[in-house]
Amino acid sequence: MVGASSSWSRALVKVSPYTFSAVGIAIAIGVSVLGAAWGIYITGSSLIGAAIKAPRITSKNLIRYVPSGVKVVIFCEAVAIYGVIVAIILQTKLESVPTSNIYDPESLRAGYAIFASGIIVGFANLVCGLCVGIIGSSCALSDAQNSSLFVKILVIEIFGSALGLFGVIVGIIMSAQATWPARSA
Amino acid sequence: MYGFEAMTFNIHGGYLEAIVRGHRSELLTAADYNNLCQCETLDDIKMHLSATEYGPYLQNGWDLGENGVIGFGTGDHKMLESGHHANILIHFGHVIVWSKPSPLHTTTIVEKCTLKLVDEYKHMLCQATEPLATFLEYITYGHMIDNVVLIVTGTLHERDVQELLEKCHPLGMFDSIATLAVAQNMRELYRLVLVDTPLAPYFSERITSEDLDDMNIEIMRNTLYKAYLEDFYQFCQKLGGATSEIMSDLLAFEADRRAVNITINSIGTELTRDDRKKLYSNFGLLYPYGHEELSVCEDIDQVRSVMEKYPPYQSIFAKMSYGESQMLDKAFYEEEVKRLCLAFEQQFHYGVFFAYMRLREQEIRNLMWISECVAQNQKTRVHDSVVFIF
Repeated sequence: MVGASSSWSRALVKVSPYTFSAVGIAIAIGVSVLGAAWGIYITGSSLIGAAIKAPRITSKNLIRYVPSGVKVVIFCEAVAIYGVIVAIILQTKLESVPTSNIYDPESLRAGYAIFASGIIVGFANLVCGLCVGIIGSSCALSDAQNSSLFVKILVIEIFGSALGLFGVIVGIIMSAQATWPARSA
Repeated sequence: MYGFEAMTFNIHGGYLEAIVRGHRSELLTAADYNNLCQCETLDDIKMHLSATEYGPYLQNGWDLGENGVIGFGTGDHKMLESGHHANILIHFGHVIVWSKPSPLHTTTIVEKCTLKLVDEYKHMLCQATEPLATFLEYITYGHMIDNVVLIVTGTLHERDVQELLEKCHPLGMFDSIATLAVAQNMRELYRLVLVDTPLAPYFSERITSEDLDDMNIEIMRNTLYKAYLEDFYQFCQKLGGATSEIMSDLLAFEADRRAVNITINSIGTELTRDDRKKLYSNFGLLYPYGHEELSVCEDIDQVRSVMEKYPPYQSIFAKMSYGESQMLDKAFYEEEVKRLCLAFEQQFHYGVFFAYMRLREQEIRNLMWISECVAQNQKTRVHDSVVFIF
């Protein structure tokens, strides 16, 4: 298959690994931030509406308590931070290789590894942000009615944000093996 | 797509849904109703209600009377306390106009409570985007129909238009409503007034060719309501998702309840079977076989035997002993309240708005019943018709 003069697989293989890496990094940060933003607006709109009748849910009176509505938004924000961290890690893995080595199997492997890492992190954070956001919305509404429910629903959120963490872990493991071919002597 | 509304509902509806849930938490609880049922006078009721969310609305019991604006200055209040109706006191150069607070009627309490509902509704309506705005408007068409029928019937019985306008439900008002009193027959009614209102599509050629008399007006009311329910049902189906599922259930119950009520109310009247069948909606649990059977019912026991074939309604009819129909209304209200409360169990759909409006209306009905019982000293009957929401 590979080597036939005009086939899709040949076209894919001829795409520069730098392209794949760059796109992977873009997806890592871009889609994570999409997920985080999505989650924040889902929680935020319910939080604002519910806070009209129950202002305490946005903040507690004493300063030493972290405002409870903010806790939920912090979980969503964490998702975006994961994306930023992984994007920074990935871009340090990008190295230049001499032109003759660009299409070596090793180069391709490195390029694909960075790309995959980016996709893993991006989409895991997308769904994680969504999940945390939807739960946060229900959390805000039920906290407004009954303040003992907040901590219980927060536990569910912790499980939800673990999804993003899984994505980050796997992504970092993937990117650890992104070794470009050494410069040939 | 059903199941995925959570992802996009909050863009347009998140804020309002949270507000509606906040309002719902302020509905009177069983403890409040117990307090109210213990009251001896209407002033007690007002005092208890002032402690709830109705407080600000009931404070304004001052009637401005014919004297216009109240202005205060420093002054000697002894003369005012002697209870004169309208005292103009000129003292130290300040003019004080005083008007006695109007005596508390049950209708005043109900009016003020309805005002609260109207304010909340208007607030939600002006914040809403499509399709929520259309949905909210649909909720009020029932009241519009009631208002139209009220004015037409009142005009038929030679009542004063202003008096009738005051009795109209505020949620169902529209601009040209006063013109209804001018119409002599159905066709004029339609052509002059109703063609510009949202009720226009509910009039068919058949209705507009009838004359206006008591029987026909009732038939008109029921036909309009049937068309409205069907239209609302179609609209909810188009919305899809959780909204359509929950609203279908609620509207189907409404349609079935109306079918039973129409049947029971038309037993012994000159309404033919075919006419009766035409008034039943074309959806709901009873459609079409239940309607067939209901249209031939001649007394309440036959109605009962028809309804007992449907498990959800069996429990309602089982509560009543044979031959008794007074408790049927209350049983239906209780079932309705149960279903409305269930609508709040799910998030990200429009059914909560409909459920909230209906629960408020039920609460106002409860307050009216309690006030009437207290005003007429029939405290023993207070629990006959109060439906607890929580």
